[in-house]
Amino acid sequence: MRELITQTWSWWFSGAMIASIMFFLLYFGQSFGFSSNLRTICAAAGLGKRTKFFDFNWKAQIWNLVFLIGSIIGGFIAAQFLSDGGAVQISAATISDLNKMGIAAPVSLQPAELFGWDAVFSIKGFLILAFGGLMVGFGSRYAGGCTSGHAISGMSNLQLPSLIAVIGFFIGGLVMTYFIMPLIF
Amino acid sequence: MKLIKFLLLGIVFGIVMAKSEAISWFRIQEMFRFQAFHMYGIIGTAVTLGVIGVALIKKFKIRDFHGNPILFFPKDKSIIRYLAGGSIFGLGWALSGACPGPMVVNIGYGFLSMTVVLFFAIVGTYLYGVFMKKLPH
Repeated sequence: MRELITQTWSWWFSGAMIASIMFFLLYFGQSFGFSSNLRTICAAAGLGKRTKFFDFNWKAQIWNLVFLIGSIIGGFIAAQFLSDGGAVQISAATISDLNKMGIAAPVSLQPAELFGWDAVFSIKGFLILAFGGLMVGFGSRYAGGCTSGHAISGMSNLQLPSLIAVIGFFIGGLVMTYFIMPLIF
Repeated sequence: MKLIKFLLLGIVFGIVMAKSEAISWFRIQEMFRFQAFHMYGIIGTAVTLGVIGVALIKKFKIRDFHGNPILFFPKDKSIIRYLAGGSIFGLGWALSGACPGPMVVNIGYGFLSMTVVLFFAIVGTYLYGVFMKKLPH
């Protein structure tokens, strides 16, 4: 019984749960879009005084910051109580491809080559994380949404702009995976 | 107290993202290399149920918990901002293995180095706010 919880949750159950979260947010009068929080954080930090884009009533978005706090707690609960600390079971083909770039087979959820402290405190490792974050933050606002706002909420509402954004996610993701990552790793 | 429901939904979201392994850099690599169905299954299931649910909400004019109609606003028409913004997002998603939600779930999970990614995602959002007028939309 416990194994049912500690193993990787199935794609269909996880997908259904994510759709349910979106519907609960709609029912509570809000919408599912996580990256808006990044803009709200800039506004709450007082950056609206200098930049108009952050000059808005961010307090109306507190519900989403609370959702963000909840997701940190959720991550903590999953790690402490619902996991056995096993390695992520990715396909043999991916393991082999990553090996060629010098990234070892998984022993947990994340590769130590990127997220271990040795990596974070090296210049190259720090720049990888910094540029990754920078592009996600910049790109999600430029595109007006991230995976939750476009891929889930927008596509559920059959929005062509969201489909274009998701195509963009894949153009960027494939270019990074096949052309840029082999150069940096 | 009105906010507690959002806290609970966030907790469920964090657990699901962690337990489905959608927060794992390895899973994102596997997805972009088309070597497993897992991530496509998660997003595909969510979108399929989402399309059905949103259509039902519109058809039956379902109201929210406050009694207000649930409204859907069409996104602004454009190609360049979605394609360019989306592509930049995708570059970062594949490199860091995390979109904004999974970044914070990872921090809760114990991968504290993800705070570097989150911090720079906030910086990236700020830079967009500063340069947005100069970008094609």
